[in-house]
Amino acid sequence: MNLFAYDFMVRALIGALIIGLAAPALGIYLVQRRLSLIGDGIGHVALTGVGVGLLLGRSPVITAVIVSAIGAVGVELIRQRGRTSGDLALALLFYGGIAGGVVLVGLSSNSSNASLMQYLFGSLTTTSASDLVIIGGLGVAVLVAMLLLRPALFAVCHDEEYARVSGLPVRTLNLLLAVTTAVTVTIAMRTVGLLLVSALMVVPVAAAQQVTRGFRTTMTAAMVIGIGAAAAGFVVSAEADTAPGATIVIMALAVFLALTVGGAGWRLLHGRPRRGVEVEPPDVVLNG
Amino acid sequence: MTGSSAVRVVNAAVGYGGRPVLRDVSLEVDPGEMVAILGANGSGKSTLIRALVGLVPLAGGQIELFGVPQRRFRQWARIGYVPQRIGAGSGVPATVGEVVMSGRLARRGILAGRRAGDRAAVLGALRDVGLNDRIGDPVSTLSGGQQQRVLIARALAGEPDLLILDEPTAGVDATSQEAFAATLTRFQARGGTILLVAHELGPLRPVIDRCVVVHEGRIAYAGTPPEPAGHHAEPGHDHVHPHAAAEPAGICDWAPADRMAM
Repeated sequence: MNLFAYDFMVRALIGALIIGLAAPALGIYLVQRRLSLIGDGIGHVALTGVGVGLLLGRSPVITAVIVSAIGAVGVELIRQRGRTSGDLALALLFYGGIAGGVVLVGLSSNSSNASLMQYLFGSLTTTSASDLVIIGGLGVAVLVAMLLLRPALFAVCHDEEYARVSGLPVRTLNLLLAVTTAVTVTIAMRTVGLLLVSALMVVPVAAAQQVTRGFRTTMTAAMVIGIGAAAAGFVVSAEADTAPGATIVIMALAVFLALTVGGAGWRLLHGRPRRGVEVEPPDVVLNG
Repeated sequence: MTGSSAVRVVNAAVGYGGRPVLRDVSLEVDPGEMVAILGANGSGKSTLIRALVGLVPLAGGQIELFGVPQRRFRQWARIGYVPQRIGAGSGVPATVGEVVMSGRLARRGILAGRRAGDRAAVLGALRDVGLNDRIGDPVSTLSGGQQQRVLIARALAGEPDLLILDEPTAGVDATSQEAFAATLTRFQARGGTILLVAHELGPLRPVIDRCVVVHEGRIAYAGTPPEPAGHHAEPGHDHVHPHAAAEPAGICDWAPADRMAM
C-alpha cells in the first residue's frame, strides 16, 4: 500500500515531522530546568482554548495558542514568585483548564465525543491544509527561537541568578520560553493530542542524554530522535492501524529504552579497563 | 570622588520578609584590592554580596559599582559573579566548556554569534583554574571542588574587572583552595579587584589585603587580616562564634523597634 497516495497522509506526515523536530528543541530547556511536566499542564489549559474556539466558530488552534499562552505566562509568574503555594496554584490552573475545556467543547454546536477525543489524543490524519500552514509557521518560529537563543536560554535555565547578574534579559527570556511552550503544545495537539504533548518534548531529551555528554549534543540528538520517532510512528500507525500520536510516543520510548540499555552495555564494556589511552565516546568533540 | 571606588556601599539595609538581615552597612573597595567579608552563618555576609549584584533589593542606603548607582549600572560584563553553590549540574548534561562559555554572554550579547575571542577566553579561564584538560567532560563528573573551579572559570571567561565570590572555598579541599588562591593572585596582578565572602580564610589568608567582619547585619571589624596564629586564637574567629549562638534570640527581641527607627 502506498502511504503517500493521499494528500491527507502527506499533510499528516509533514505535520508530524515538524512537531518531532520542534518539541524536543523546546523540551530540552524545560528538562534542564526540571520542569518536565509543565508541558502537560499547559496542555490541560489549551483544552479551554479549544473549547473557546469551537464555541466561537473560529480555528481552535488559534484560540488554543492564545489561551495556553496566557496560562503559560501565569505559570511563569507563579514560578518567579517561588512561593510554596505555587505547586497548588499550578494544580488549580491545570484542572480548571481541562474542566473548562470539556464544558466548553460540550456546549459548542458541533459537539461530540469524537471532537473532544480528537484534541485529547490527536488526530493526525484530519490535518487540513490551513492547519498545516499554521503548524509549519509556528513550528519554524519555535525552532528558530530555540536554536538562535540557545546560549542565552542555556544560561538562564542552567543558573538563573548568574544570568541575571550577567545582565541578560532574564524575565523576557523566561516569558519567551513560556509562550513558546504554549505554542508548541498547541501545534503538537493535532499530532499526539494534549494528553501526550509533554511526551514529545521530554522523552527524546531523556533518550538522548543516556548517551551524550554535552548540552549541544543532547539537543541535536534529541531533535534527531524526535523526528525519527515521528516518522517511524507515522509509518507503523498507518500499517498497523494504530493511533498515530500514541504510536509516535511509544517509538520515542523505545529509543529511550534501547539507548539506556545500550549505553549501560557500552560503559560496561568500554568504561572499565581504563589503561593507558582513554576511550572517548564519539560525541566528545566539543561544540566548537 | 566616588568614581574611584570599584564598590561603594553606604548605609545599606536589607530585610527578608520584614526581618532585617543587614542594618546600616558601609563598605568601600578600591580598584586592585582583594577584600574578604567574614562572618558566622546567618551574619548577613552573603546577603551583602547578593545585594551588591542586585539579586536582593535594598531596603535602605545606596550601592555604587564603578561610581555608578547600582540601579543605573549596565556594564555587567565588568563584574564576574561566582555564586555560592555545591555543584554546577542541572537536568541536562552540560560540558565544562559549555558552562564556562556562558560567562561570555555578558560581553558579546545574546544574539551575537560566537567569535574566536570567546573560545580563547574560555580556554584561558580554564587554564587559569587548572581544568583545561576537562573542557569536554560533563560537569557532573567533576568533584565538588572542581565544579566550584568551573564556576570561577565561568566568571573569569567574561574578562571582568571585579570578581565577586560567594563562599568560593566552602566544601573545597585544601589543594583546590591553594590553586584557587593562586588564581585570585594572578587575577589581582592583572589589575583585577576581588571581593569575596568566606567562613574562614584558610589558604587565602596571605593573599587578602583587607578583611571586613559582618556580625548581626553590621560591620563589626574592618582592617588587615589577622596574623596567622593558632586556629582558635584568631581575632576574627574568637569574635564571631560566641555571639553567633546568641544571635536568634537577640534579633527577635529588638528587631521590630530597629525596623521602625529606619
